[in-house]
Amino acid sequence: MTDQAVHVAPAETAEPARNGPHTPLLSVRNLVQEYVTRGPGGIKTGVVHAVSDVSFDLMPGETLGIVGETGSGKSTLARAVIQVETPKSGTVRFQGRDLVGMSKREITKVRADMQMVYQDPFGSLNPRWRVADVIAEPLLGHTSMTREQRAERVDELLDLVGLRPETYRHRRPLELSGGQAQRVAIARAVAPGPSLIICDEATSSLDVLIRAQVLNLFEKLREEFNLAYMFIAHDLATVKRVSDRVAVMHLGQLAESGPVEQIYAAPRHPYTRALLDSVPVLDTMTGVVKRPVALPGEPPSPLNPPSGCRFRTRCPRAEDLCAQEEPVRTRVSDRHTVACHFPLTPA
Amino acid sequence: MRSGARLATMSGMLNATREPAATSNGAAGPILVVDDLRVTFSRHGRVVHAVNGLSYQVRPGRTLAIIGESGSGKSVSVRALMGLLPPSAHIEGSARLDGTELVGLDDKSWRAVRGCQIAMVFQDPASSLNPTMSIGAQLIEAIRMHAPLKRREAAQKAIDLLKLVRLPSPEKRLKQFPHQLSGGMRQRVVIAIALSSDPKLLIADEATTALDVTTQAQIMELLVDIQERLGMAVIMISHDLSLAACYAHEVLVMYAGKAVEHAETRNLFSNVRMPYTKALLDAIPQLSTPAHLQPAIVGGHPPDLSALPEGCAFLPRCPSSTEQCRIEPHLAEHEPEHAYACWHPVSRDGSCTGQKEERP
Repeated sequence: MTDQAVHVAPAETAEPARNGPHTPLLSVRNLVQEYVTRGPGGIKTGVVHAVSDVSFDLMPGETLGIVGETGSGKSTLARAVIQVETPKSGTVRFQGRDLVGMSKREITKVRADMQMVYQDPFGSLNPRWRVADVIAEPLLGHTSMTREQRAERVDELLDLVGLRPETYRHRRPLELSGGQAQRVAIARAVAPGPSLIICDEATSSLDVLIRAQVLNLFEKLREEFNLAYMFIAHDLATVKRVSDRVAVMHLGQLAESGPVEQIYAAPRHPYTRALLDSVPVLDTMTGVVKRPVALPGEPPSPLNPPSGCRFRTRCPRAEDLCAQEEPVRTRVSDRHTVACHFPLTPA
Repeated sequence: MRSGARLATMSGMLNATREPAATSNGAAGPILVVDDLRVTFSRHGRVVHAVNGLSYQVRPGRTLAIIGESGSGKSVSVRALMGLLPPSAHIEGSARLDGTELVGLDDKSWRAVRGCQIAMVFQDPASSLNPTMSIGAQLIEAIRMHAPLKRREAAQKAIDLLKLVRLPSPEKRLKQFPHQLSGGMRQRVVIAIALSSDPKLLIADEATTALDVTTQAQIMELLVDIQERLGMAVIMISHDLSLAACYAHEVLVMYAGKAVEHAETRNLFSNVRMPYTKALLDAIPQLSTPAHLQPAIVGGHPPDLSALPEGCAFLPRCPSSTEQCRIEPHLAEHEPEHAYACWHPVSRDGSCTGQKEERP
């Protein structure tokens, strides 16, 4: 990580990132993803504003946590970055090349460097394949290894994620526990030697102890391979454990982003404050608890987001201005930006 | 009519100011007494011991949290109380709800208990509701199942219930279908259906796990409020220790089908004694811990319930195990109002006897 580097630059246009010592690994500018909903007869009935004008940078070896409620566009953002779906507009510059509009063949090559781990390992592993084949597949596509080299590499990878190769090599996904299956999914993601792994709720379905083990595994891999992560989760405490920076998404937009300690200790956006206040807190040393304070109301529909600031309908600080004008992302400190007309003052 | 009278008191309570129920101070006797509950499943000649001698009591107006990993038997144990286990399950022991023995009830008697005296809220509100029936139809069906009300009276009660769970514009919601509601609103409807028979005991099985933190806070606040108004007993099943610590009066930690630690919430979390509870506490990420911290985590897996070893079930994973642990420790009140099952409890300063501390 670099302190000098401009991390989140709202004012920045789609200027290409120059190669240099502080070149971001991933640079997303003005990303927009929308889905058209259709009624009977294919008539357009509305537009889901899933991701609206999102920009951020990710440095090599850095972890960006992305938090937000269901429907805030976290997963859509991930899918648009890895080009599962082509975004409606905006640029996704990875290692200096724009991925939007690349040919399928080229994208496939790029994906050796950019891998994804999903929430449900059983849904993302082919149930009929053996563990060794699951992990060998990316090697088959992205490297020119011989069969023996591949088998060796698979064993190395299994060892790396903490599964004994002799025991697990020949198993099928359904013969594994959730935590073991997620380790296999991680081994598969690490196999082609990526520089970025996108984790979409990768630890959400795991038990407390297993989750902590998998989080430790992510940390170990980061240290070993200088991996960068986009770590998407709705659990703020989990994101805190692994992230360098955090981006808070609300209804397709970035409400706030900045260094993790700063965001958690002194959030500037009322939405970030509300999210943090909703988390039940237990001090494990003293046993003292802090009950959550509920944010009243329901999140608005991304089909028809409120005018101006999209959080204003639930915001305790909302005024007339918030309904009229959309807040612009402004820099409140070196690497901390917030999109709010009336940001909270740091305590 | 009992339910009619209680409906009246409940609607009265809708307008009443918040006032803790007389029963919430714990003076009343327990509404549920579970004694040495055992559940086994037989499949292909293998016997899975899901619950192995579980005992606890719940008093009206009180909340008991049962926590543990998947496979610890927490869900199976409460499903046994609801008569929701498959025929392959073999239940032993005793569970008395307000004097009625639940173990061994016949189907007809179950109907007077299930959904009537005990109600349950499940994890996924989308699959607890029928997608092809309107909210109103589902609520009214539940109401009329337990009380001989006319359709119109039932519809009025349905609106009252939706008001009780603070669903906005309840009249409109009656005609809507589950897919038209958000996850949080669906869970409110599920809670309304659960409350329709005015239950004495509400079981919330991971009721907020599938919801956002913001919605979770709303739903928990609602449950606490309703519990205070109606004086219900609540059992909440959760894997989230922080959530349990914030909302339960008592916490029971389960491992391999047994209670391993059981105490008042504050008592338990300020003075954790069982190494397994300690392991869980160490593993939960905190908002306050610095980033990139890699705490030492207990390895291994929960034991195979069809081949439980002799002695303490946590032995293979325990950092402080000794030869003595091959003899099974029993859950006992080693300290006033703090029961745990361990030969080598964690000492007060947080370290286990003989534990290898590995913190980076």
